[in-house]
Amino acid sequence: MTDTTPDVTVPPDTGLPKTPSEASNRVRQSLRRRYAAEKRFRMYGLIAIGLALSFIVVLFTDIITKGHSAFIQSHLTLTVELDADSVDPQGDRSPESLRDGSYRGITLRAFFETLRGVSGRADQREALSLLSDAADITVRNAVLDQPDLVGTTATLPVKFGDDADIFFKGKSVAVEGLPAQSTATPSGTQGEITITADGPAFTAILEQAKIQLRDDIQGLEDDIAGFQRRIDRYQEELSQATDEDQRADLRDSIATMTDAIATDTEKVAGIEARIANPGDSEVLTRESSSYLIRINGGVVKVLAAAPNRIEGEVFFSLDSDRRADEGSWQIMTLPIAESNRRLSDKQVMWLWDLEERGLLDMQFNTTFFTSGDSREPEQAGIWGAAVGSFFTLMITLLLSFPIGVMTAVYLEEFAPKNKWTDLIEVNINNLAAVPSIVFGLLGLAMFLNVFGLPRSAPLVGGMVLTLMTLPTIIIAGRAALKAVPPSIREAALGMGASRIQAMTHHVLPLAMPGMMTGTIIGMAQALGETAPLLMIGMVAFIVDIPGGFTDPATVLPVQIYIWADSPERAFVEKTSAAIMVLLAFLITMNLAAVLVRKRFEKRW
Amino acid sequence: MALLFTAALLSLLSFAYFQGQKRAAGYRDRVGAQLHSLPSYYGAYAVLWAVLPTLALLGIWAAVQGPLVEMMIRADLAAQLAGLSESEIGLVMNDVRNLATGGITSGDPEPAIQEAAARYANLMVTAKAAMFVVCFALGLGGFWFAYRRVNPSLRARNQVERTIMVFLMASSTIAILVTLGIVLSLMFEAMRFFAQIPFFDFLFGLKWSPQIAIREGQTGSSGAFGAVPIFAGTLLISMIAMCVAAPIGLFSAIYMSEYASRRFRSVVKPVLEILAGIPTVVYGFFAALTVAPLLRDIGDSVGLDVASESALAAGAVMGIMIIPFVSSLSDDVITAVPQSMREGSYGLGATKSETVRKVVLPAALPGIVGALLLAVSRAIGETMIVVMAAGLTANLTANPFAAVTTVTVQIVTLLTGDQEFDSPKTLAAFALGLVLFVVTLCLNIVALRVVRKYREQYD
Repeated sequence: MTDTTPDVTVPPDTGLPKTPSEASNRVRQSLRRRYAAEKRFRMYGLIAIGLALSFIVVLFTDIITKGHSAFIQSHLTLTVELDADSVDPQGDRSPESLRDGSYRGITLRAFFETLRGVSGRADQREALSLLSDAADITVRNAVLDQPDLVGTTATLPVKFGDDADIFFKGKSVAVEGLPAQSTATPSGTQGEITITADGPAFTAILEQAKIQLRDDIQGLEDDIAGFQRRIDRYQEELSQATDEDQRADLRDSIATMTDAIATDTEKVAGIEARIANPGDSEVLTRESSSYLIRINGGVVKVLAAAPNRIEGEVFFSLDSDRRADEGSWQIMTLPIAESNRRLSDKQVMWLWDLEERGLLDMQFNTTFFTSGDSREPEQAGIWGAAVGSFFTLMITLLLSFPIGVMTAVYLEEFAPKNKWTDLIEVNINNLAAVPSIVFGLLGLAMFLNVFGLPRSAPLVGGMVLTLMTLPTIIIAGRAALKAVPPSIREAALGMGASRIQAMTHHVLPLAMPGMMTGTIIGMAQALGETAPLLMIGMVAFIVDIPGGFTDPATVLPVQIYIWADSPERAFVEKTSAAIMVLLAFLITMNLAAVLVRKRFEKRW
Repeated sequence: MALLFTAALLSLLSFAYFQGQKRAAGYRDRVGAQLHSLPSYYGAYAVLWAVLPTLALLGIWAAVQGPLVEMMIRADLAAQLAGLSESEIGLVMNDVRNLATGGITSGDPEPAIQEAAARYANLMVTAKAAMFVVCFALGLGGFWFAYRRVNPSLRARNQVERTIMVFLMASSTIAILVTLGIVLSLMFEAMRFFAQIPFFDFLFGLKWSPQIAIREGQTGSSGAFGAVPIFAGTLLISMIAMCVAAPIGLFSAIYMSEYASRRFRSVVKPVLEILAGIPTVVYGFFAALTVAPLLRDIGDSVGLDVASESALAAGAVMGIMIIPFVSSLSDDVITAVPQSMREGSYGLGATKSETVRKVVLPAALPGIVGALLLAVSRAIGETMIVVMAAGLTANLTANPFAAVTTVTVQIVTLLTGDQEFDSPKTLAAFALGLVLFVVTLCLNIVALRVVRKYREQYD
């Protein structure tokens, strides 16, 4: 009998687990992977939300840091002699006479006398740009308010110009102090003097000058490299040239380049010698930081420095040429080089001195909220734009609210379901998605060209913005009407009201909170719109406050756009402050909308 | 003047209402008759008959008055104006108008002009007075007509309601009128443009430098109006914006609809909406003064050559602005997927992320695609961010670090410059506007079509 052992065939390897424990292992591993993937996925979502929130935070922080200083304006406490002959020409203290007086002369004279060390017309011209152009108008207004001031000496706060203002807010150049050891002796009290120290007190200044020299060396070495490259190229061309004239030209060029290299190499050697030799004095140029010595009650600007001696020009006269002990004199530095900033060393010193003497007065910037646009940043304000925005929004509200509500009511309650109504609905949805600049083009082509309405007027701006906010109001109105339950309508109809009566007396009041919410949100959107108003000309430079709906005006977002283009540094903070005001308005309006919705909305 | 008119109109209105209502109430109280409608409706009936004809006549008169008077003055001055060109006649008429209103004129006016100005002033005063008198006479006449008809059997309420219905219908056609107006005005001006520049040169030309010679032989006067570089720039910036907005918006939506608790959602959703409420000028300022210099400095330190008006800066900030669009639209779509599908998937043992990736997102895909298309359409039509942060020269490139220009920037610069209105340079703006309008319209229609066609019916 044959051995009937069962034919055990090895099952093919299908990748399936062979034992129960292997199966649980595999399941456990894959579960771990899947849970890890789950955690990662969840993390992506959180990261995305975190990124979006951080964008908001970054944006707001940036605007607020740039703009909060615009709410403060630096003023100079100026003592002005209000000489009766110039201020009151007719001698009767009447408003006409006081208005005719000449204030610029006495204001400037007072200003030049307040500053230290103003000598000569050049200094006066330099000092003039520190004061605002409106300073004399401030003095005139003070006299007009109080005619008794004529003939007296009055102390008034006058505005600084925008460069000075930026300096006082710490945004242009800082005045830093350096430690100074050893004593110092000036050689005179005026003009160009030498200050000698009994130790290497000025090495820091010398180092700065040497940095400038090292930059010069770098520049020369770059030039040498450039020359060498050209020589190499010429050599190559020379080896390939066949024409005798050409070869002569190339040889000449090579010779010139070689000479240039030799000259520059000599210059480099010379400069390196100067750097290596610690005893020599070096001249400071406008491209290096500025240094000033405060000694014996005066200020000296360093023109050339050696380790224990400097040569300088006196900005503010010294009291005496006695030796100053250690600790009683000081080295000041302006880290940004004079060629890289708008204020010269002298101007910075004047401003610094005024601050030291306590004549600087930082006051709340009321001009920002009470005056219209101006080319000078310290006189520019948003009031004109705010009034223009107000008029424009009023027109938008007066036009869009009735039309929007009527359309919503008609579409929701009375319109028959036919193709015409479908077309209207499709149109409204499309209009909600059209880019805003197209509405501006429509306003330009139709309202300005065909109808001939005045350019830049709140009337036209309001009409264009109406067309833009109508879809928003209509869609919100329809949603509000849809939310009112049919039982209300049917009860009213059952009592014998007509359809319009049921609508006006019962449904509309109940849907009104939703409609008002939609309107407020639509107005908030209209307040922030810029592009269509640019098209209809509201981007002009308007100085006067608009008085009516047909006066040329501008709106707050367009004002922000105009200021953002201005080159003056001071306009950056003004623009940011205007943005803060605009955002404040928008937040208020949106909060009002949310409050209305929460307070009056009924849940059926 | 306008104040006087408004006051007179309001008094006519209140007078008519009061009288109409009183007459109807009188019928009811004295005679005891049954009125068809409430007395207030009789008042409203009288008001409508008084005020509507007045307003209509006022409107027509005000529109016609100016041109009519001008025609009469022109007839007077026919001798002076013979042989002058249209613009010169316009100047003469300007002089007349200015003299009449007490303004200044150019140079010393001739006696004929002065006479004409005096006549103009006279005519205007007479016309205004006549308008006032005639219109309000008509109003009073209308009121009298209505007053006579007030009696208990007059169906005042029906008449008034029919008029109200007409108003409602008229206001709802304004939407169509606006669309029609946009299309017509854009087409009209664009047609004038295409009469001067061939259509295919505009659409497919590769060089955009819109300069028009102001006088003969001016250098740099050859204008090329090929718009392809502008379209390329628009596309580049929009793509960068979508690369920023799509992932962030989509993942936020997924997290908020699937993983977030109710409290988290109720706090974070409004905060994200803040991004949508910030005016685009603010974004443009942020992009131009903070993001662009930052990118340029980073590029310099790494060794790349980043323009100071790079497409990356404008595109990134535009992406930030679009995040709430993508996020809220996707959120709505994802929440609309029925819970039963998710539960079926959980029942089979899938984790939440697997459910989202394999069940929810495919189900919501048409809606998400529609949302993305709408976001792209918004990015294409965005103006202020690119005006402030992107460049002005047309540059056909795909390099995100270069400065490019877009359609909206060109429209703004062409129309806020000081070229005359008829030159091809200004009309090019309308042609670009037409292209923009058509493209965004198509994108919106496609988005709606996609959502409607591929939406699965689950119930």
